[in-house]
Amino acid sequence: MIKPQTFAVSAGQIILQGTALSCIRQDRVLFEQLDVSVRSGELLQIAGKNGAGKSSLLRILAGLAQADDGSLYYLQQPIAKVYADYAANLCYIGHHSGIHEQLTALENISFWRAASGIAPADDFALLATLGLAGLEDVPCRMLSAGQQRRVSLARLWFTNCQLWILDEPFTALDQVAIVMLQQHFFAHLQQGGAIILTTHQSLSVAFVHQSKLELAYRW
Amino acid sequence: MFKWLHPYAKPETVYQLCGRFYPWLIALGVVLLLVGNIWGLAFTPADYQQGDSYRIIHIHVPAAIMSMGTYSAMAIAAFIALVWQIKVAQWSVLAIAPVGAIYTAIALITGMAWGKPMWGTWWVWDARLTSELVLLFLYLGVIALSGAFSDRQTGAKAASLLAIVGVINLPIIHFSVEWWNTLHQGASLTKFAKPSIDPSMLWPLLISILAFKVIMLALVCLRLRTAILLNEQHRPWVKNLVEAQ
Amino acid sequence: MVMLGQFIKRELRLLARQKADWLNPLLFFVIVLCLFPLGVGPSPNLLRIMAPGIVWIAALLSVLLAAERLFKDDYRNGVIEQLVAARQPLLSFVLAKLFTNWLSTGLPLVLLSPVVALLLNIDAAGFVALLFTLLLGTPLLSLLGVMGAALTVSADKGGILLALLILPLYIPLLIFASAAMEAATTGMSYHGQLAIMLAMLLFALALIPLAVIGALKLNVS
Repeated sequence: MIKPQTFAVSAGQIILQGTALSCIRQDRVLFEQLDVSVRSGELLQIAGKNGAGKSSLLRILAGLAQADDGSLYYLQQPIAKVYADYAANLCYIGHHSGIHEQLTALENISFWRAASGIAPADDFALLATLGLAGLEDVPCRMLSAGQQRRVSLARLWFTNCQLWILDEPFTALDQVAIVMLQQHFFAHLQQGGAIILTTHQSLSVAFVHQSKLELAYRW
Repeated sequence: MFKWLHPYAKPETVYQLCGRFYPWLIALGVVLLLVGNIWGLAFTPADYQQGDSYRIIHIHVPAAIMSMGTYSAMAIAAFIALVWQIKVAQWSVLAIAPVGAIYTAIALITGMAWGKPMWGTWWVWDARLTSELVLLFLYLGVIALSGAFSDRQTGAKAASLLAIVGVINLPIIHFSVEWWNTLHQGASLTKFAKPSIDPSMLWPLLISILAFKVIMLALVCLRLRTAILLNEQHRPWVKNLVEAQ
Repeated sequence: MVMLGQFIKRELRLLARQKADWLNPLLFFVIVLCLFPLGVGPSPNLLRIMAPGIVWIAALLSVLLAAERLFKDDYRNGVIEQLVAARQPLLSFVLAKLFTNWLSTGLPLVLLSPVVALLLNIDAAGFVALLFTLLLGTPLLSLLGVMGAALTVSADKGGILLALLILPLYIPLLIFASAAMEAATTGMSYHGQLAIMLAMLLFALALIPLAVIGALKLNVS
């Protein structure tokens, strides 16, 4: 059985709420009657074994997949009614990086800037922050897995979306980058943002409002 | 109206309904088929021009009409599946497609068999035969696409989208093939264009058409039931059903 | 519009870096054209009769080949998934793909038409018709091919499935385009055929981008 362990704190408004969510994939019930919610200023960590349905849950929350049962609410409204608003306020970075190997770091970032409707800007400083100075014009297929992950996470430094849904953002990152990313999370939460992420790691930065949802592996 | 329809979209209800209708439909279909075909094949007068060979229309025409009708039924199910995201409708698309493909194949084969004594060859690029062949390709495309994904649900949705694209294209294809045919063929083949039919031949034909329709519905009921069980096998109601058996 | 411009720039960059993606289908087109005379014999009269069919079958096969890989990379590396989640940029993305796909596969066929006319012994009137039908027809080839590519992007079996789905949909275009060329070589007017091709193109232009978006969405779900 699943025991949703929510330590939800009543700080700020509930941004996204899912009630009684169920998901069946490939004839296997991943989870049933799952309640999940995230408030402004809150970081929600979803943990669980491989194959427990973490990514499937994130994809349902991001509106990519449909739950087999249950409903989703964005700011108390059924998601279908306010889908355009929700999608505009959501930054989803999935298991795959979302960067094209044939393009350079700069070109990938300017693509995502355009896709987010943000004016082009000087990205050299941003890449330097991410520890990619000197690699701006190298095609991403030449970068290491950790460096590619950094390019993909660069979106988080210019997006103006409130809700971030991140699937395993720490994969392949080194310790320095992990700490830097968590500090960036902290700043985002301070501003009233909200984050849902999956990870196996325990977070090293103490977030003010942090909750954890443990998905059990079901046969 | 949608409130009233909504409970009928529940897989369990559809499963029960299909189970209740199937025996009646299949019995009615078989009786109609026997009546229509025996009447048509044995008891109607021979054609003054074509002799006895015309009698194949009692299989050919119903199959051809229902191959088109089945495609539109599939497209309607596909439209419902995509617009209202109703899973039963998705599964119906996959339940209908093979039945339609078989009807199309029957229409093609009987059409060829009819063509042999009439035109002296098994295959002629006649407009209606060509359209029927293209229709078979469209059916096969839907079936192939539905099986091409590792996720059954994605396959069903993709097949639904293709069925809708197909039904928009079907009239365009049909008319372009007819136009192409009049461009390339002489008048020799158009004697079948609109055959006026004697009432004594018409009645058994209508009964056969109805029989094909009812049998199609029966087969779809059967296939849909299987699809529902396959896709809902982890739901409590299916487990109860199995335990009750 | 800014977004669309940026997206088109990105696609053009990718085309410049992955030249094989669009050069190989063109080469395929030319080779298929050369095989026909070898198969049916080089008699100029025979070639002139068969030219419309040969050109158009080669064209639709090569466009289909080029379309197949169109969404593969962006699907594999998660770009499409993230664009679907963001929803708003999806239309610009699809339009950019459609435009650059035609630019890299359809337009070169139009530019190659003099060579085609030379190889297949097409006369001046036929060449003009060939040019017009290719101009009107290749965008439609691209539209349908891109739709098929979007529909099968996450399918296990790629290329041959795409051909199975899309080739039947090409039939009307094949009929009217070859009929226009035939009419031209016999000195008849072919405005009617061109008008029908234009109508089909506009119809497809209105509906197919929506179908592509729907196909991409269901492939990431």
